[in-house]
Amino acid sequence: MDLRYSEQDEIFRAELGAWLDEAVPAHGKPPSKADWPARRAYDTGWQRKLFDAGYAGINWPKEFGGRDASLTEQLVYYEEIARAGAPYIGVNFVGMLHGGPTLIAEGTPEQKANHVPFILRGEQVWCQGFSEPGAGSDLAALSTRAVRDGDDYVVNGHKIWCSFAQAADYGELLVRTNPDEKHAGISWLILPMDAPGLDIRPLPTLVGEGEFSEVFLEDVRVPVANRVGEENDGWRVTNVTLRFERGTAFASEMYQLREFLAELVGVAKRVTRHDATAWDDAALRREVGHISAELDALWAMVKLSVCQSTQTGVPGLGGSAIKLFYSELYQRISELAVRVLGRAGLSREDVAGLPSEHFLARAMQSLSLSIAAGTSQIQRNIVSERILGMPKEKR
Amino acid sequence: MDFQLTEDQQALQSGVRSFCDGRIPVEQLPEIVEQGGFDRDLWREVAEMGVFALRVPEDDGGVGLGAADAVLVFAELGRRLVPGPTIWTHLAAGRIEGADTGDVVVGGLDLIGEQRDVILVEYLDSLDTLMVLREDGVYQIDPRTLKAEPVAVPLDPLTPLHHVAELPLGDRIGDAADATRIWFDGGAIAAAQLLGIAESTLELATQYALTREQFGRIIGGFQAVKHILADMFVRQEVARAAVYAAGATIDDPVVGDVARAVSSAKLVAGDAAMKNSRACIQVHGGMGYTWEVPAHYFLKRTWVLESVFGTGEEHEMRIADLVSVGR
Ligand SMILES: Cc1cc2nc3c(=O)[nH]c(=O)nc-3n(C[C@H](O)[C@H](O)[C@H](O)COP(=O)(O)OP(=O)(O)OC[C@H]3O[C@@H](n4cnc5c(N)ncnc54)[C@H](O)[C@@H]3O)c2cc1C
Repeated sequence: MDLRYSEQDEIFRAELGAWLDEAVPAHGKPPSKADWPARRAYDTGWQRKLFDAGYAGINWPKEFGGRDASLTEQLVYYEEIARAGAPYIGVNFVGMLHGGPTLIAEGTPEQKANHVPFILRGEQVWCQGFSEPGAGSDLAALSTRAVRDGDDYVVNGHKIWCSFAQAADYGELLVRTNPDEKHAGISWLILPMDAPGLDIRPLPTLVGEGEFSEVFLEDVRVPVANRVGEENDGWRVTNVTLRFERGTAFASEMYQLREFLAELVGVAKRVTRHDATAWDDAALRREVGHISAELDALWAMVKLSVCQSTQTGVPGLGGSAIKLFYSELYQRISELAVRVLGRAGLSREDVAGLPSEHFLARAMQSLSLSIAAGTSQIQRNIVSERILGMPKEKR
Repeated sequence: MDFQLTEDQQALQSGVRSFCDGRIPVEQLPEIVEQGGFDRDLWREVAEMGVFALRVPEDDGGVGLGAADAVLVFAELGRRLVPGPTIWTHLAAGRIEGADTGDVVVGGLDLIGEQRDVILVEYLDSLDTLMVLREDGVYQIDPRTLKAEPVAVPLDPLTPLHHVAELPLGDRIGDAADATRIWFDGGAIAAAQLLGIAESTLELATQYALTREQFGRIIGGFQAVKHILADMFVRQEVARAAVYAAGATIDDPVVGDVARAVSSAKLVAGDAAMKNSRACIQVHGGMGYTWEVPAHYFLKRTWVLESVFGTGEEHEMRIADLVSVGR
């Protein structure tokens, strides 16, 4: 049980840190969330810089151009990315964390060649077309239908909540290829987002910004060659992907919460309540102390989980516990941040020199954490059933 | 960095676990209560396992292990509520002669933590000596010289108490830095016991949920119960990570701030033990409210452990002070 980074890890940290300290300020400030072309350019531009510097695909195998860093180097990477305030993975999220890894694990040589290197260089943006109006938590109930016609599938259906769909070149598309089966009737397709018959309609989030879209598919032809895995084996292929999502996908964001808490403390020392600062309130300080303890515990949990996955090669079920804890903790911090702002938190833009924009954006975005990628209720089902052995819910 | 248990640590953990499971199964707790909480034979066996000499260097006849090993051992003792002043005797080993072998039973008083006006000594009748932590140093007091009144009904039936109206200063056996170091070690070890409680209460609740039937099905099939259990699991894992990190940080302070790591662990593990003990009672329904079902012992021990080496609230304040200066 040893927490000390090796000399090699520290050398890696120093190199990466030095590079980030130059590259991050040089990349400038992120564009408006409403401007998708600019967002795409900003996020993929950063991905390209990571690639050129040898830091893209930190956990990807070397043969696919990744760095294949040791797990402890990956931890260093997440810490340094957070410390330096590097751009968020953004529109590269699905490609780097789902699409790419799935193709690496399950794709044909041709599929790999057509996509993997491009994703890594920031030249291909992916989105995820899994959820449907009638299939959210119960994803396997999806009904978007794909029917074989020669060398193509003809796809009809309606996807929803597709993050980055407006910026994406390809989508991971789950379709029903056998209507008589549930889990065993699903296939996984690579969907070109410019295919005729696709209609992408943005769906504003409660933040008020474009994040996800609805995608309508009408007689969209997708080559059979775009199928990943066997026909009707898509559920298994999907689970390869989802496991990554519940692992370390948000590690940098987790580590970054410490900076957020420090920022919150800074604001608490400036704002006043009656004739004292908010920080003079012992109850507030206690709450900060409590959250800080939990943040440290969260990071220790990530380290423990990452070290344990050296044995299994994939993030384990513990990922569900981390996601549950992280979502709730993030929501509590941002709730506290809004309280510290007081009336200044009624403005979406900075007011009276206080960081309203940033704090409120976080407070609103944090609400999605317990919903996206498996709601907290679903995570509790997973923990109680698969770890504690309780009877399973209806599938 | 390898934050997993080494093979030796796994062996140590499972060794202590099987001893505890065999020697003090949960069903036997009421019997130990009958004996007044302290059992000499059990104490000797615990000593023979090396629990007290664990961190005494091998050259001095100890086991020569570190805090990371100690937290594993004490989590196991916590899981089975092993009675007696185990933490204090472990902390005194190497400092007070005879503590390492368990021949001298060392009790203790924490006067560094915020509450100093009510002096309650645990296990006084069984103590050979008393170690007192004050901010300015470590002191030793002969318990036989104390004017002490037994507390008629202690909250935790496994932790007998005496009320001491006036505490003499005692002999100084260590300086302020020693006192601080012991206090943080004690915090990590108490946190480990709290982790053990978080674990065993989840275990008890899980077993019950898989056997008790209502409405024609086991109650573990009800989602409201499943989700209580899932939350217990999360708290247990959060506490585990924090406690292991505190142990590893004490052993190698280069990796972090001992004060911060121990405060976090004590706070988070205290939370986990408190909430899991309560949840364990809830999952047992009416049985949980009885004396017969051992769930209540865990909650009561949690209250005891919560009161030493800094309460949750004290650690909240301490961490806030560290955060405030950017530590
Ligand atoms: C910001 C954001 C981004 C997203 N991005 C994508 C994306 O890119 N691609 C994509 O495919 N999807 C995406 N999603 C969709 C996301 O995966 C779903 O929203 C999620 O799985 C929940 O499905 P639902 O919205 O249909 O809610 P429902 O499943 O209808 O759930 C409603 C409520 O019922 C509860 N519930 C449902 N079933 C159970 C059960 N068995 N036990 C207990 N409680 C239950 C849920 O916890 C929830 O509280 C995104 C969602 C968000 C919020």
